[in-house]
Amino acid sequence: MNRILIIGATSAIAAACAREWLGRGPCRFVLVGRNEERLQQLQQDLQARGAEQVDCLTLDLGDTSRHGIVIAEASQRLGQIDIALVAPGTLPDQNRCQQDASVAVQEFSTNATAVISLLTPLANQLEQQRCGSLAVISSVAGDRGRASNYLYGAAKAALSAFTSGLMARLAKSGVAVTLIKPGFVRTPMTAGLPLPEKLVATPEQVARQIVEGVQRRRTCLYTPGFWRYIMLIIRLIPDVIFRRLSL
Amino acid sequence: MSESRQSWGRYPAIHQSSESLQWRDELPARLAQWQPGLPFGRGRSYGDVCLAHNQRLLDMSSLNRVIAFDRHQGRIRAEAGISLYDLLTVMVPAGWFLPVVPGTGHATLGGAIANDVHGKNHHRNGTFGCHIERLALWREGQLLECSASDNPALFQATIGGLGLTGYILWAEIRLQAVSTSQIDAITHRFHNLDDFFDLADQYDSSHEYGVAWLDCLASGKDRGRGVYFAGQHARYAEPSRWRPLPLGMPLTPPLSLVNPLSLRAFNYLYWHTKPARPTLARGPYQPYFFPLDSISHWNRMYGPRGFQQYQCVIPSAHEREAIASLLDAIAEARQGSFLAVLKRCGDVPSPGLLSFPMAGTSLALDFPSPQRLQPLFERLDAIVRDAGGRLYPAKDAHMQADDFRHFYPRWQDVEQWRDQHIQSLFWQRVTQ
Repeated sequence: MNRILIIGATSAIAAACAREWLGRGPCRFVLVGRNEERLQQLQQDLQARGAEQVDCLTLDLGDTSRHGIVIAEASQRLGQIDIALVAPGTLPDQNRCQQDASVAVQEFSTNATAVISLLTPLANQLEQQRCGSLAVISSVAGDRGRASNYLYGAAKAALSAFTSGLMARLAKSGVAVTLIKPGFVRTPMTAGLPLPEKLVATPEQVARQIVEGVQRRRTCLYTPGFWRYIMLIIRLIPDVIFRRLSL
Repeated sequence: MSESRQSWGRYPAIHQSSESLQWRDELPARLAQWQPGLPFGRGRSYGDVCLAHNQRLLDMSSLNRVIAFDRHQGRIRAEAGISLYDLLTVMVPAGWFLPVVPGTGHATLGGAIANDVHGKNHHRNGTFGCHIERLALWREGQLLECSASDNPALFQATIGGLGLTGYILWAEIRLQAVSTSQIDAITHRFHNLDDFFDLADQYDSSHEYGVAWLDCLASGKDRGRGVYFAGQHARYAEPSRWRPLPLGMPLTPPLSLVNPLSLRAFNYLYWHTKPARPTLARGPYQPYFFPLDSISHWNRMYGPRGFQQYQCVIPSAHEREAIASLLDAIAEARQGSFLAVLKRCGDVPSPGLLSFPMAGTSLALDFPSPQRLQPLFERLDAIVRDAGGRLYPAKDAHMQADDFRHFYPRWQDVEQWRDQHIQSLFWQRVTQ
């Protein structure tokens, strides 16, 4: 049986991952999120779909003082964390971040600092277990800062670098760390954005790849896979040209 | 992100955009801000019942959570956007099955209620709406729970109400017990229409499920030949896991692949590859109930212009002559279809006001080139009208307003219960 901790469980990708894991065998879950009522709806759904046990813990990611307590509570309820999926985040409004430094700092903190604060006790727990898998959802946006959303990109770059460091550190304890970089996914977070429809994946497609990637202990996972090449090209564009593009 | 939407037949091709609802509690805010004209599931109805008058749809398909599943009593309560396929995946391992399953598992729970769909067991179990215990409907600013005893008039108007009475948020279904996930199916080839009616009589009394495919292009001595598929839930079976082949139409070809030549070849092969003698086989339920679902986006085969389905039901008293006349008219027009489906319907009444089936026989066909079908459809409509039959709104893109009002005399009751902010292109076409 898989004992799974999901942080940011009400996000569309995380919820789809939970179902995907459940479809592959018996699972026990601890779901962590901000909205209690929505966590409960998710809990009911996973229970009806056959989860052995589903516990919910409410946590506002901004409340860093509770991070250690929540991780300890979750690991106690599960007994052992076989898989931890960390999927928090918001999509900041780049324009507002440019106008108002406090918004920029706030958004950076939500997407980077707070996640790092949470990952620290979680990584320590896994290191102590000397087993388990950690999957962290970052973004392709972290691969290069682009004019259209570089604040989000900067936060995800910080998260990617942090996770990559964890990966190297925890490998010595037998803990697998997977850095996940989704491209455009049809979720509430991207609602209202004019995205190219052909490039947009569904949360279910992305979830299938994440669950498989975690199982295979992949270190870095672009999802859908073609984003690896799109981002490779974007990273290779020389600055002289890059600064003229509206990406 | 608002997305562009079409109905399954991609005709009429009227641009619609949708926004998605993720959580039940978001509904009031989303209605105020997006001002949609119609709830939308997964767009599996063929014509314009799923298209909004203001071209703004509220996509309910992310509301796909199970709320409660009573494994002992056989009840499941789930959000309206869940697909029937998904519901079955949840319930079948626990020994339960949906009491009514339409021809696609991709339809949503809300859509199945709104169109009061029927399946291959209509002669036993009636329509989908017959098995709804309770539902929650958001209309005109309030959330109402409806059942046979609470808000009964609204409950009736919502079953088969084409999504017009409000936004169904969740519904509870009474399930039927099964011992296995397998179906024992008999494939029985027949040579003419009379044989079909005899087989339907014979199998309806012995089998839960029955449907027939008909070669509508065969003429002369082969006219009316087809294959009958009778089935029932297997009492015993080895555990098995069904894996669909990854088939699909990745893109829309510039021209329809469905033309007289390909149709004739398909129909010929289909009939001739079926065993000459009735054959019993046991298999998973998915290919039996959802044969076309194994090819995702099969509707793209008809090219960018789409297609129309024609589905009617003829009452028992006139079924033999009327179905024969319909087939003759279609053969004469040389506008046949891959799948002409014949199905015997029973007399189980639905609680709904606009329920399609009636005791008799239903015929359904897909036609390419939807723009050129008017003369043929006028002929077919006349036959249906004279035989006292009716057409199916969920499949329709052509029904005349007069016919609709004649086929569905209780439409005015539904109009009275219609949420003032909701209006579909279909409803506008047939009632105004």
